[in-house]
Amino acid sequence: MALAPGDTAPDFTLLTTPDQKISLSEFDVPVVLIFYPADWSPVCGDELTMFEAASRLFHERGAQLLGISVDGVWSHQAFRADHKIEFPLLSDFEPKGEVARLYGVYREGEGVCDRALFVIDRDRKVAWSYVSPIGVNPGADGALKAVEELS
Amino acid sequence: MTEARLAIPVSDEDHSSGPADALITLVEYGDYECPYCGQAFPIVEKIRRVFDDSLRFVFRNLPLAEVHPHAERAAEMAEAVALQGDFWAMHDMLYEHQRELADEALLSYAKAVGADLDRVRADLTEGAPRRRVESDFEGAIRSGANGTPTFYINGARYDGTWQYEPFADHLKSVLRDL
Repeated sequence: MALAPGDTAPDFTLLTTPDQKISLSEFDVPVVLIFYPADWSPVCGDELTMFEAASRLFHERGAQLLGISVDGVWSHQAFRADHKIEFPLLSDFEPKGEVARLYGVYREGEGVCDRALFVIDRDRKVAWSYVSPIGVNPGADGALKAVEELS
Repeated sequence: MTEARLAIPVSDEDHSSGPADALITLVEYGDYECPYCGQAFPIVEKIRRVFDDSLRFVFRNLPLAEVHPHAERAAEMAEAVALQGDFWAMHDMLYEHQRELADEALLSYAKAVGADLDRVRADLTEGAPRRRVESDFEGAIRSGANGTPTFYINGARYDGTWQYEPFADHLKSVLRDL
């Protein structure tokens, strides 16, 4: 079961580039966690492109976007460059899917995470979450509304 | 969470073709430089023809500037031409030439559809077309638009395929179920 509103958001530290790590706890602003199955799959590309396009609206409201998948940092690096994604993509690669499991969105047997969104408030509580059917790009409307409701 | 819905209702402000009381209102959020929107263009044309008076088509802007460097400018040009009247001629022109969307080309298309270029330039400088595109864009995000193109059928986001046959079959089933 995916974490639900009111649950504590577990902290984590993951690589975002070959030599740079990011922890949830380093942000003192609302964070939008965008779990997605894989770099390069067509729906993921569209989903992350939409969040990148919408990033100005999130930034204006003081929120940080973070993408997470089980892909390695080299894949993330190439994918970000190709799709012109500015926000960090984190690599839930070793141990594989550990953070996705903490958030209840790991797909056992398939080895990828769900297409799931979490809005984490400043007190590190889940304010809103949504798990989309894996083939459907959820869009950014729900997360944007949840971020607005925090302020 | 319920299915994504159109956050900004269709109004007189929209670029719309077909009767206001049509049984189906189809809204497209599109990007003039996006190849998928380019593929969807003749399909939507055919749907508009086949469904005729039972369908009203509305186009709104969702330029994905990060991946399509000319998309915003093209959208603004279409809106600038629209201020003089003929949005649809410009819309069609842009999709028919979506690989040639540099500024010079955009101006030549505006001229070809009969726009007064001095007015186009003045309106672009004043900024109304840009504000319109930005407002469409924010509306798209709030509506859960999930790529380009994103379609809404009577307000509900359509997540199915938009190849002609399945799209037309779905629209027919919407008509049947009304």
